Amino acid sequence: MARLYEYQGKKLLREGGVRVPEGSVAFSPEEARAIAERIGKPVVLKIQVWLTGRAGMGGIQFADNPGQAEDKARQMLGMKVKNYVVDRILVEERLNIKSEFFAGLVMDDARKCPLLIFSSVGGTGIEEIARQNPEKISRLAVDVGDGVAEFEARNLVRKAGLSGSVMLQLADLLTKLYKVARAYDARSAEINPLVLTAEESVYAADCHLVIDDYAVFRHPELGIEVAREFDRPPTELEKIAYKVEEKDYRGTFYFFQMTERIPEGDKYIGFHGAGGGGSMMSMDAVLNKGFKLANYCDTSGNPPASKVYRAAKIILSQPGIRGYFASGSGVASQEQYHSARGMVKAFREENLRIPAVIRLGGNFEEEAIRILGAYLTDLPARVEGYGRDDSPEFCAGRLEELIAENNGALHIVQPIADPKIPKDAYAFDTLTGRLSIDHQKCAACQTKGCVGACAPKILKLEAEKPVLAIPAEDARKGKCTECLACEIFCTYHEQKAIFIHLPIPGLKEYREKILRG
Amino acid sequence: MAILVDEKSRVIIQGITGREGMARAQLMKDYGTNVVAGVTPGRGGQDVYGIPVYDSVEESWEKQGPIDISVIFIPAALVKNAALEAMAAGVKLLVIVPDRVPIYDVLEIARVAKAKGARFVGPNTLGLLSPGKAVLGMIGGRAQRAREWFKPGAIGVSSRSGGMTSAISYYLTQAGLGQSSIIHVGGDAIVGLSHPEIMELFEQDEQTKVVAMFGEIGTTQEERVADLIEAHSFTKPLIAFIGGKAAKSGTRFSHAGAIVEGTRGSYETKVKRLRDVGAHVVDSIFDIPKKAKELLK
Ligand code: SF4
Ligand code: SF4
Repeated sequence: MARLYEYQGKKLLREGGVRVPEGSVAFSPEEARAIAERIGKPVVLKIQVWLTGRAGMGGIQFADNPGQAEDKARQMLGMKVKNYVVDRILVEERLNIKSEFFAGLVMDDARKCPLLIFSSVGGTGIEEIARQNPEKISRLAVDVGDGVAEFEARNLVRKAGLSGSVMLQLADLLTKLYKVARAYDARSAEINPLVLTAEESVYAADCHLVIDDYAVFRHPELGIEVAREFDRPPTELEKIAYKVEEKDYRGTFYFFQMTERIPEGDKYIGFHGAGGGGSMMSMDAVLNKGFKLANYCDTSGNPPASKVYRAAKIILSQPGIRGYFASGSGVASQEQYHSARGMVKAFREENLRIPAVIRLGGNFEEEAIRILGAYLTDLPARVEGYGRDDSPEFCAGRLEELIAENNGALHIVQPIADPKIPKDAYAFDTLTGRLSIDHQKCAACQTKGCVGACAPKILKLEAEKPVLAIPAEDARKGKCTECLACEIFCTYHEQKAIFIHLPIPGLKEYREKILRG
Repeated sequence: MAILVDEKSRVIIQGITGREGMARAQLMKDYGTNVVAGVTPGRGGQDVYGIPVYDSVEESWEKQGPIDISVIFIPAALVKNAALEAMAAGVKLLVIVPDRVPIYDVLEIARVAKAKGARFVGPNTLGLLSPGKAVLGMIGGRAQRAREWFKPGAIGVSSRSGGMTSAISYYLTQAGLGQSSIIHVGGDAIVGLSHPEIMELFEQDEQTKVVAMFGEIGTTQEERVADLIEAHSFTKPLIAFIGGKAAKSGTRFSHAGAIVEGTRGSYETKVKRLRDVGAHVVDSIFDIPKKAKELLK
């Protein structure tokens, strides 16, 4: 769920015809002053963060004149609340508040429709209102085909105990709130408080809109960088991961960082799950062993090896982890050798030095475990593969033992070297990368095994050298499934002639930054 | 008997010529599902593993006769149209496999389904399988595995996680316990048939003697199952596992459904509510087979 800042939400409300206080966002004290000058009245300054209870943290301040606004803004910008450095504040006209209400929209999973909620008391959280004043709350199940009719909104407000001009104003606001939420695919919306001023005008004094992750693509105008529910802005690594996911529709890849700086002494590991339910079960198993997760990652829905490879490279961009734990449901429908190959390529490139336990139970797990066993024997680290009959608890226990054997050594992030591909190498594009073959090396090849390793059968031999058996255009469009089988075969058994370059934009620079400290 | 699908159900696949559609058409056909047609607009006249492809659902109905179920493998942004098309043609059960379907699209599908008396499983579902009879979606991945992993029997399985649907069923099979039907209700916050609706179907199914349910934090599905038990609308023994104990409140992880909203939907409230009405809540999915054996006695 992609959250919008208060000032962004208010902008959408204003455009939708809802009355909001005059104001705008400031990134510097000088800007705050200029806004206060323009408003020409006492103002309120509000830090823009996705946290509740801002007033208690000193995140809401009042200023009587532009000079004061500048001073207050200087105190507030750069403030640290939770894990969060304040970089923007909303400066807006101060309202003369007479009473406060609440309006919200949530998804009702039982009735499968949006639920519009109104309360004639506001200010505090809706749970608290529900506990103390249940009779002040009214609800309307919205028909997504018809929207919210004026009369429905009026009845909603009336049932919460209001009448007269206030009722009419509120009803009008509620119909508009729904229209804005629907237009921007908001899966939740909240105006709290919704206020009545001494001048008898209704204003949206606050605003929280959460856009449906799955519909963010319909709203490029919102400029949402990472369509994920985070309670803080995304980390750099999360942004890099999200770009990978955005560019590759095959399977899903989710990456969430628990910490950007791993404290010394704590037992942190990199976590790579597969499928929500299996991932959570696996996470519980490692947490029960006293491990902490540096990240939570999930590659599922039949992702290609290339996507799993990128996920592993991103996980291994976290210095200080002591182990790598991959585990899903244990009985996956997808062909598990794709995940195995993705990890093999990543682990080989990293020359992995921390132990990894990979629980790959599911379709073709025997093949997957064989791949892990066969192609990583020359690495410094121990990598063990397990299947559907090995529980997550057992696998977490194995990781614990292997980490102890490795004396708890910490993962050191390696720089990403530019690929060394000879200029005259044979090459073709794949959906998200480029495959090159150094034909000169093929002269010494005994087996020509790359051709047989390619399950989609898109390689053939021509003058004893492997080349595409299909038009390059088809390979680029996905006929090359990026299964990585040819490269792994050639690297381990033959002349290291094949290299599949799978770029991860931004990761090289990110690692350089980490290495500089 | 099984629920929702058996070997006689007449099934079409929308999006049969795509990457996933094609792979799972083979699974379904090989397993014995009665797949009568596929639909991909613009690809009418082709065939996929001997299954004729038509340009529209209506056309496949005209040429092949009545259709009971449509399994949808269409990019998420286009799912709503595909679902509306199937319901307009008269299909009464949809299985919506894709992930990332916008929530308002799901609500619109739900609205039309209600008006037309249709039902849907998903979105974001691996599908469902009635052992020895038919599979819809991608459970098992390949027919041969699906036959090895799942056997006919007396346990109904309903799960909010795709992987765990297979895992629980597989571990039951290993313990010598077969299944009546296994269903992945889908991982999203709003799904068509949710746990309580599946429980009502299992209640009516003679083959089902015990039900195993994999629940998760977020949504009210498990609480509503508890309501059914309390109202004596669901009377069969229920074994439940709730995932997401370690998840922090407000952290979504990768399941849209797993959001802790307010006081409902948390791990503790679900476990307590289910235990209070007499459901058997286990702490590990590996305890499910043992418990099922006890309850079958
Ligand atoms: S296996 Fe490697 S060395 Fe041998 S032909 Fe293929 S690419 Fe060339
Ligand atoms: S060329 Fe073949 S083996 Fe190599 S990555 Fe592409 S599909 Fe896989």
